[in-house]
Amino acid sequence: MSKANLLDRRQVVSTLLANRKDVVAIGGLGASTNDMCAAGDHVRNFYLWGGMGGAAMIGLGLALAQPGLPVLVITGDGEMLMGMGSLATIGLQKPSNLSIVVLDNEAYGETGGQTSHTSAAADLVGVARACGIGDSRAVTTMAEVEAFAKAIHDVSAGPRFANVKIDSASLERILPSRDGTYIVNRIRGDLGFQPI
Amino acid sequence: MHARADDTTAPNWPDDIFATLQRFDVRQVPYVPDAGHSKLIQRVLASSTMRGIALTTEEEGVALLAGAWAGGQRGVLLMQSSGVGNCINMLSLIPILRFPFLTLVTMRGEWGEFNPWQVPMGSTTQGVFELSGVQVLRASDAAEVPAVLEAAAAQAYNALTPTAVLLSQRLIGAKVFTK
Repeated sequence: MSKANLLDRRQVVSTLLANRKDVVAIGGLGASTNDMCAAGDHVRNFYLWGGMGGAAMIGLGLALAQPGLPVLVITGDGEMLMGMGSLATIGLQKPSNLSIVVLDNEAYGETGGQTSHTSAAADLVGVARACGIGDSRAVTTMAEVEAFAKAIHDVSAGPRFANVKIDSASLERILPSRDGTYIVNRIRGDLGFQPI
Repeated sequence: MHARADDTTAPNWPDDIFATLQRFDVRQVPYVPDAGHSKLIQRVLASSTMRGIALTTEEEGVALLAGAWAGGQRGVLLMQSSGVGNCINMLSLIPILRFPFLTLVTMRGEWGEFNPWQVPMGSTTQGVFELSGVQVLRASDAAEVPAVLEAAAAQAYNALTPTAVLLSQRLIGAKVFTK
């Protein structure tokens, strides 16, 4: 199944988060959330176990609330396709501190590997660019991943979007907490917000 | 256009809503364009403290408000009854993440509705919310809007009780198409 020239998802995500500093990271429903946890649990990780299609919008709400903080959404092609309209909403708002990475294996890995629209027709980079996200990149090398990981920290030059072609290997699941209230309150606490 | 039999002046209740939202320090206002909310949307877009965020579909707004809360801001989702059905799965984020959720819904499909296509969703709006764990309050005339909004905002933001305010078609005025 996997093609030789495709990137390893865990390596991509750990590279994106290696020097994360103050980044708040949102993982999409599915393997991307596991990948984030595999790179190391972090108080500023926002793991999704549901609400498919919502990752980019959670990122937008957070980015608008905290314009000085880099906000990074890491999701999959299936999750992004479901919330594709949110790229239009983000293109309109142009939050300069928001970055979106799609881990594109052209398949729904969680549900048995059914092919996704990106395997044949849909070009998410084209969609993002056409929605007004000027910095929209197709990523196929680790050097490009490293360049994007650096760019995330420039909170004045986004929004930016990267579609990373990854291999379709099914990896051991590294499961983060699935207590949503804990996850969100942990982020709020780290940002200095008290419980109600 | 909207018309009311007993009132031809511009309604003031959207100003009352705006004032309440301002008092509760609401910062993010996602909306799907809607005639009933048009005056409130104008007020929001002209505001220096609130950010109006046009959506392509209503469920985007539920996810947006979850992110806003994680980042320390309050928001309110403006939509029409027909959009409530679009939100159902995303509403599951509210009890899971336990963030303050307030939505103001202009109603169609009731009180003199001329378009049968609006009736199925308008008739089930309240039930959809209640099945999804969102409490429903209703305002049927302009005089009760301030008190209903105050109650809704207080329980949503202070008690983390997900709340929808249905702004009835009687309040907004039934849509009329004239030839």
